[in-house]
Amino acid sequence: MSSYKIIDHKYDVLVVGAGGAGLRAAVGLSESGLKTACISKVFPTRSHTAAAQGGISAALGNAGEDDWRWHMYDTVKGSDWLGDQDCIEYLCKEAPRAVIELEHYGVPFSRTKDGKIYQRAFGGMTKNYGNEPIQRTCAAADRTGHAILHTLYGQALKHKTEFFIEYFALDLLMKKGECKGVLAWNLNDGTIHRFRSHITILATGGYGKIYYSATAAHTCTGDGNGMVLRAGLPLQDMEFVQFHPTGLYGIGCLISEAVRGEGGFLVNSKDERFMEKYAPTAKDLASRDVVSRSMAIEINEGRGIGENKDHLYLHIDHIDPKIIETRLPGISESVETFVNRDVTKEAIPVVPTVHYNMGGIPTNYKAEVLTSNGDDKIVSGLMAVGETACVSVHGANRLGSNSLIDLVVFGKAAAKRATELVKPNSTHEEIAKSETEKSLERFDKLRNGNGSNKTSELRLLMQKIMQSKCAVFRTEKTLKEGVSEIKRSYEGMQSILVKDKSLIYNTDLVETLEFDNLIRQAITTLESAYQRKESRGAHAREDYPNRNDENYMKHTLSWHDGKEVKINYRPVNLSTLTNDVQTFPPKERVY
Amino acid sequence: MVQFNLPQNSKILKGQYFKDKTGSQNLKMVHIYRWDPTKNENPREDTFEVDLDTCGNKVLDILNKIKNEIDTSLTFRKSCAHGVCGSCAMNVDGINTLSCMKSHKDIKGDIHIHPLPHLKVIKDLVADLSTLYRQYESIKPWLKTKKPKSENNEINQTKENRDKLDGLYECIICACCSTSCPSYWWNGEKYLGPAVLLQSYRWISDSRDEEKKERLKMVGDNLKLYRCHTIMNCTSSCPKGLNPAKAIGSIKKMLATN
Repeated sequence: MSSYKIIDHKYDVLVVGAGGAGLRAAVGLSESGLKTACISKVFPTRSHTAAAQGGISAALGNAGEDDWRWHMYDTVKGSDWLGDQDCIEYLCKEAPRAVIELEHYGVPFSRTKDGKIYQRAFGGMTKNYGNEPIQRTCAAADRTGHAILHTLYGQALKHKTEFFIEYFALDLLMKKGECKGVLAWNLNDGTIHRFRSHITILATGGYGKIYYSATAAHTCTGDGNGMVLRAGLPLQDMEFVQFHPTGLYGIGCLISEAVRGEGGFLVNSKDERFMEKYAPTAKDLASRDVVSRSMAIEINEGRGIGENKDHLYLHIDHIDPKIIETRLPGISESVETFVNRDVTKEAIPVVPTVHYNMGGIPTNYKAEVLTSNGDDKIVSGLMAVGETACVSVHGANRLGSNSLIDLVVFGKAAAKRATELVKPNSTHEEIAKSETEKSLERFDKLRNGNGSNKTSELRLLMQKIMQSKCAVFRTEKTLKEGVSEIKRSYEGMQSILVKDKSLIYNTDLVETLEFDNLIRQAITTLESAYQRKESRGAHAREDYPNRNDENYMKHTLSWHDGKEVKINYRPVNLSTLTNDVQTFPPKERVY
Repeated sequence: MVQFNLPQNSKILKGQYFKDKTGSQNLKMVHIYRWDPTKNENPREDTFEVDLDTCGNKVLDILNKIKNEIDTSLTFRKSCAHGVCGSCAMNVDGINTLSCMKSHKDIKGDIHIHPLPHLKVIKDLVADLSTLYRQYESIKPWLKTKKPKSENNEINQTKENRDKLDGLYECIICACCSTSCPSYWWNGEKYLGPAVLLQSYRWISDSRDEEKKERLKMVGDNLKLYRCHTIMNCTSSCPKGLNPAKAIGSIKKMLATN
């Protein structure tokens, strides 16, 4: 390994990832005077936060009375009681301030007629503990994520965060169970960099690309999750994968829930508004898992549309074109670009599509990473925020517009906690050379892979297995097959072929390293799903159709040691953080 | 008479030919710029025969197909694949665009794919945008207010004032416009170019910003702004349908009437 020259850096805090969560953390850290580096495999404004459309939830009350406790109730119910109520309380209580702060940063929110932030209806968001839909989702037309991401990047520039752009993080550098930094590869010149930091904040996003069809970007490969597994730490609730009801059929492009929030509705081949049947009160604005399952049932029972009866229609052609133009311009553009349809005149072909990972790196509400040896234990020096984290505020199913608020509330919380823990410019401990060598050995082995399996072939195999064995509906049989078949894709790496051997912008190797991260997450997702013999939120088992609180009101933890998966569980926290609100006890979930 | 020659390594040579192995009757000839920084060789244009029967509609689908099935060393940036992140900006058939939004069905005959023009090439279709990113930083892309604001309330903005940001805030900094501008080609170090000027105008136009005058003064310079000669390539190349030329014109007008 001596052939790799290593460039050393020392920072108080290192942020890995420059999407909404990573940037919000970096802004807070830089603001507080900590020496902060932010490394990202893509230029910050290319991060997948840019693709978030509909909005960011917060009980501002700009469209009538609202209360953060109502927001909390909706989120707990949306999570199917798998969310931790202390964390959900923190999220919903902090949300209004976090959104106001974004507005002060310059986010170009749409406006109400009295000049306040515009709020729209979204699935599962209700008034007075489930009574009727409420407008709680703050929007910048249907480009809210884009607007927030660009604004946060501007703030990070303002506060002089040091960026390392197009650096690919390889592994965590650990010492006695504590995180001491990260090893990374600079794509632009091919050099290897060792970042030492008192705290490393992973903000590396979700892993949607384990599936064949997803709204996720090519870069959503859960690199932080992969690093955590290799460091011997667990991931949590990996079986909970959200299918967004309205992915553009055949393309996978996201069609925002805002479409239904603004009055759009779904129909089947008989032109029936089928959601009235499955969710009599909320109808098309039921929570995402409920709508996706209803759509899957409609398609499975032969009421799908098209030659293969495999999709459904979303209508907004009844809405005033002027409203569409001001509130949903991005959707109109996407539908025209990708399926050549005019949304003001024609229906949009849609199908449930993989969209979000509720699972990820377990943390507390301060963003500190947790592991478990029976009891929870904080992993010193390591934090996680955003989609890569499992706080857990989303539990078994996330509500639309709760992800953007998750990014900024917990990005900020991480910065706050790091500021409490780290004294600026304190000395760094030495890290054993073996940590760097272990990581470079993996890197070098993959780089020099001269076997017979292309990364793209192994990736496709994994994606097809996940798509067919771990979809909206799951059974003992499909999951067992999945657990067994996915091994072929993983073992295929023993004979990997990487044609490009160079170090400068070698995307052949980048995709292989990403695959090495993805496949471990696919394996833990399948195993976690196989072991959970109940239906809860996004995890729908046909053979166990009911929620089983007695046996399964607990978080799944999964480890992967390179050979096998180990599963264990930790309890859900039903207690609230303060006395400002009472616990919402489990009850039947009806929309 | 003085003879001018292009530097040796800027001449594009004929590259490898990858013949179709599927036996498809629906082939597209795709010529792609290749350059490997680790080899002391000229750039070349490789040709791939691509089976369109098993390929999505967009140019990015062609590139992915080549990378997955024919030559895994082909290098290009990509991320969202839905026209919102700006990663896959490149020159397709002579026009700068996002390859994920550009339909190959619109292109008759062979397709030529090159990196964004007049930038340093890092490898194949990956161009160096670091100068443009520095210029973006130089316009201070954040809201400037003088007094701290109440943490409980947003800064009020009328619908009419918010509307002034439409057509500006949507820019994804893909750089298609700047790298299509002849003025930016020649003076790229000093002229800010359409992408960055559009961003500058986005902050100048924000009713909540309290440093409009300073912002105008900062860009109101012979090189930074007035190298725009209204060639309009920027506007015709913008894959998001924005109009940077109009934004630049508006800045000039504000400076002239102030």
